[in-house]
Amino acid sequence: MAEEMNEPEILFGIYCPPHPHPLLCPEANEGYGKLRSAYDACRKRIEESEADLILIYSTTWPSIVGHQIQALENPVWTHVDDDFHYLGGMPYDFKIDVDFANGYASAAEKRGLHSRTVAYEGFPIDTGSVVALQLLNPDNRIPACIVSSNMYANRAETIVLGKAARDVLAEQGKKAIVVVVASLSNRMFTEHIDEVDDRIHSQKDDDWNRKILEFFAAGRLEDLSQLSRDIHGQIRVSKVVAYKPAWWMAATMGQHNNYAGEVLAYEALHGSGGAVITLTPTDGSFGDKEFDEDDVEFYHGDRDVLDKGML
Amino acid sequence: MMSKGEIVLGCLAPHPPHLVYADNPPQNEAYSEGGWETLRWGYARLARKLKNIDYDAIVIFTPHWQTYIGTHFLGLPEFKSKSVDPIFPNLFRFNYDLKVDVDLAEKMREAADEAGIITKMMTNPDFRVDYGTITSCHLLNPDWDKPIVTISSNRNTHYYSPEVMIEQAGALGRACAKAIEESGKRVVLVSSHSLSHRHFVTEAPLPEDMSLEHIYNHSQYVWDMKIIDLMRQGKSREVIDIMPEFTEQTIAETEGGGLIWMMAAMGHPDYSAEIYGYQSVIGTGNLIASWDPNDETREYVL
Ligand SMILES: [Fe+2]
Repeated sequence: MAEEMNEPEILFGIYCPPHPHPLLCPEANEGYGKLRSAYDACRKRIEESEADLILIYSTTWPSIVGHQIQALENPVWTHVDDDFHYLGGMPYDFKIDVDFANGYASAAEKRGLHSRTVAYEGFPIDTGSVVALQLLNPDNRIPACIVSSNMYANRAETIVLGKAARDVLAEQGKKAIVVVVASLSNRMFTEHIDEVDDRIHSQKDDDWNRKILEFFAAGRLEDLSQLSRDIHGQIRVSKVVAYKPAWWMAATMGQHNNYAGEVLAYEALHGSGGAVITLTPTDGSFGDKEFDEDDVEFYHGDRDVLDKGML
Repeated sequence: MMSKGEIVLGCLAPHPPHLVYADNPPQNEAYSEGGWETLRWGYARLARKLKNIDYDAIVIFTPHWQTYIGTHFLGLPEFKSKSVDPIFPNLFRFNYDLKVDVDLAEKMREAADEAGIITKMMTNPDFRVDYGTITSCHLLNPDWDKPIVTISSNRNTHYYSPEVMIEQAGALGRACAKAIEESGKRVVLVSSHSLSHRHFVTEAPLPEDMSLEHIYNHSQYVWDMKIIDLMRQGKSREVIDIMPEFTEQTIAETEGGGLIWMMAAMGHPDYSAEIYGYQSVIGTGNLIASWDPNDETREYVL
């Protein structure tokens, strides 16, 4: 069916945090250990899936000149985080799907975006991508693609960047796991802490994170995408113009709310909100959300949702 | 008793990797046909001045080592690796081999800590020195014959406000000055950043095609000129006073705090800055300037 409609086949999506603690010191705090277990569970699901590709959008890889896509077949380096260097280095040796990277760059260009691949020995792959790929795909069983988050891009560009990913997935007929590397609330403590004392920076951040997690758990990805600007204003430190990960994730996976969501872990990472979440496309949940359309292509009349309620 | 240490020069040294690319040093893997001469020749002129100054170390504050948890200092005697610019990897893949004055770094860290600033020494041997440090230091001292200390930029502007950042960077500057004085060393300070900082998001097919280089917009230019004019007049306090406005209006790279740190360390000079050149790089506004505390050697350059 997916092939007939030339739709991409996305097996499932993962939303996971960029900070290195689950990779480098999972034992330092119970929460880090839970995040690590959640990563491990995702790794196992990826291993059991028939994925051809892990496609990563990382909020810790900012770009300026268009949308950059990693295209070196075998990047090898030891990455060290700017803040958390004392936790140790992160050696990596990745396998990149160069065909997909090239295809993604041209699909983005075809949709009016400026995009380019980067294929240089020693290119500094960002902390979030390194953490996610190391934990999700430790033996390089599946090739990966990493795309940057342009500093100046806002909603329109980010949505189109996601759609370009769909184009090339469909065109190359690759089954993909879609990974977004981003915090929920991203305010960290600005002092060094004893890891055992880690907690979410504020009650407000925690409240918002939990509300976002409710949406994820209900599979309401498109609703989260629509809420992005509120989320940015409420719980994101203004390092970039907008909170973009839900835009890209929804545009890439499909702009609707028909997902089975599962929150595998939610914990603090130096004050920020770190969650490991999976979203699996499903057709079982059509029409069970109050503001959803049953069909976004054809109007079937008013759903009379309120008439079916408790009144 | 050892004589008092001092700051012998302060430099505003922008770090577009384009300038190193355009110079074609053997350490850089990319090859260019030139470009941005106004800045490169300005740098060469300032590098010649530095050759005639007796100093022990360069202390550089960079916006490309971004730390959210306090201020960090390079803390190992040597770093050797390749720096690849994450934004312009096509232009900058530089093999560096540099020495750090760890003793001075530790002294500055201690003084900062005593001043209530959150600090950390960076002692991971695999750490890659940021391209801001490498670009500015290479252009100021292509021989790399002096040890350096890199200080990270704490992201207070984003986390709190420009005003908080100014307070913090100023306190850090005063702490560093105290440590330098106590160290007995002669030190060159470097604040590594552009002024206005809006980039074009596309690049010319030939990046060094100077027929396509210009400032992002006129407003950026007017603001940059305002700042330069104040520097010429020796009004460094006024520069700091309008910095929040300037940074907001021009998305200036001053948001990292380098210039504020340097001006505070130098006691907010009331003498003229030496101006070595101003030019745009991929739309951003870049000024090379220095503050020479010595009345006898201070020059009127441009
Ligand atoms: Fe910069």
